Amino acid sequence: MKILSRLVSILVYVFLYAPLAVMIFFSFNAGKSTSVFSGFSLRWYVELFTNDRTIIECLVNSLKLAVASSLIATVIGTVAAIGIYKLKNKYLSGAILTVNNIPMMNPDIVTGVSMMLLFVFTGALLGLSEKVNFTTLLIAHITFNIPYVVLNVLPKLKQSDVRLYEAAQDLGCTPVKAFFKAVMPQISGGIAAGLLMAFTLSFDDFVISYYTSGTDYVTLPVYIYSLVKKTVTPDIYALYSIILVAILALLVVYNAILSRADTKKGN
Amino acid sequence: MSARKAVKTADSVEARPRPSLGTAILNAPYILWSVLFILIPILLVVFYAFTETVNYYDIRFNAAGESYAYEIAATENGEAITLEQAKEMALKNAGVAQDAAVFTTAVLKNRTGDFTLENFKNVFSAGSLTAMRLSLMYSLGATLISLIIAYPFAYILSRSGAKSQRVQMLLIMLPMWMNMLVRTYSWQQILERNGIINKLIVAMGGEPIIMLGTSGAVILGMVYNYLPYMILPIYTVMTKIDTSLLEAADDLGCNWFQKLYRLILPLSVPGVISGLIMVFVPSISTFYISQKMSNGMIKLVGDLIEAKIKEQWSTGGLNVGAAMSFVLMVVILICTFVMNRFSDKDGGDIVI
Repeated sequence: MKILSRLVSILVYVFLYAPLAVMIFFSFNAGKSTSVFSGFSLRWYVELFTNDRTIIECLVNSLKLAVASSLIATVIGTVAAIGIYKLKNKYLSGAILTVNNIPMMNPDIVTGVSMMLLFVFTGALLGLSEKVNFTTLLIAHITFNIPYVVLNVLPKLKQSDVRLYEAAQDLGCTPVKAFFKAVMPQISGGIAAGLLMAFTLSFDDFVISYYTSGTDYVTLPVYIYSLVKKTVTPDIYALYSIILVAILALLVVYNAILSRADTKKGN
Repeated sequence: MSARKAVKTADSVEARPRPSLGTAILNAPYILWSVLFILIPILLVVFYAFTETVNYYDIRFNAAGESYAYEIAATENGEAITLEQAKEMALKNAGVAQDAAVFTTAVLKNRTGDFTLENFKNVFSAGSLTAMRLSLMYSLGATLISLIIAYPFAYILSRSGAKSQRVQMLLIMLPMWMNMLVRTYSWQQILERNGIINKLIVAMGGEPIIMLGTSGAVILGMVYNYLPYMILPIYTVMTKIDTSLLEAADDLGCNWFQKLYRLILPLSVPGVISGLIMVFVPSISTFYISQKMSNGMIKLVGDLIEAKIKEQWSTGGLNVGAAMSFVLMVVILICTFVMNRFSDKDGGDIVI
């Protein structure tokens, strides 16, 4: 049974990591192909930082968009979560949460198309020539990010201790100050998780960006999609190999912090 | 000093018993946002799906000191009319000679027309129905295969040591952080005629197999991309199953099948349901995976929507694309509703 379990796990990991292994392997290809290996070289890594202006530009675009949209979504989402938490009217809060679920439950293509229709419709009303642009893209990203923030913050609020907030007010804090002093520390974990989730979703999103972005602001996934119809050269692989290593490093550090916190608790 | 204090007390007196104004202010922004950017867009999908777009030429010209304005329909009896033809028709209507007129405007425009069911004719045409059937079959297949892989895996994972669990969670999440376009492209390269698998087969003396373009390749792409969405929720409910329950089952003489069937399976239903939905929804609506894994040969619903919208983007008539999205939305709504029903019923049983 033990051996069988091992085998199942190993097979799943081989499956999950096969394309990533291929990606890393061919990022070191000397040739232009992503399927025929013609020798080891660092050529594409060098090329990435010297010649591939467009890729780096799109990467920067994606990062900027992810930072902006996740920060705005975190602010709106956190305020919304507090609002929902404070609502006494259960029907209203239920309705808000149901609508909140729509972008998560709807497939990306429907969300993308529906927002595109909104922008086309209002663009036509306002007589704009370019109906989708950076603003519409940002709005779309904020919209699909907020629900994840709300769903990360709300449980933390429900777990939080209201008495601390009341005590802070009894001790002379204004409600706002009491919130930042007594409630914020209790929900900051949820806010951080929501922010992180929003950032990665925004950075990786392709489908919704594809429908809501114009030619003025091209994100990395949209650019890659436009490339794939022609030919992909290993420089994309090189870029994502670097991203993979960066994320791995971040996760390992995060994990180390977590396990240290755990052992402290244990002691 | 005393004034500040007074304000403070006033604040807390007002805020404490029923902070309704504060709550309203906190709720207003997101309610407004979600009406504008979630609800109205969905209503627009319905609106576009049930209306037609009328394309017309806006033709204006001056002749003999008078100005004329005409709207000429862009199609007549199903045939497209060129801008030149439209100009001639406008002149004829006005009874103005060609060389006497000075055109100020001559452009193709569109506006929303009347209610129609015409768009759905396209949605339920033979080609679209085939795409819908394939989408449903492939996504159900991918969901089932994901469940078969994820279930034992999640169980094994939930019963391993705390440190191993943490490392393995990291290993499962890591691929999800890589862009799916790149990962799918990488699979395409693996399955290609000259890809790694075929190279291995040839090296061992076999004949290369054609994998890209088969339904198997598309399903593989779906399973690959969405498997973690199945593993994570099942794993989460499995970790909540108390080990002492399993031990008690052992003590009471249950064999492994009874343990699975009477204990683990019912307790893990909620996780399985969310896993099923989380794999099914993106699978049925994908267009990128089918495009890559079949080299564009297999068209799913997502591909049709994408193609229609691209085709109609320039003319502004996005109605057929909207109608397709609408049908997809309804199909998914029904499917998730059915799955959730199962979850509720069985969820109730567990508590009892």
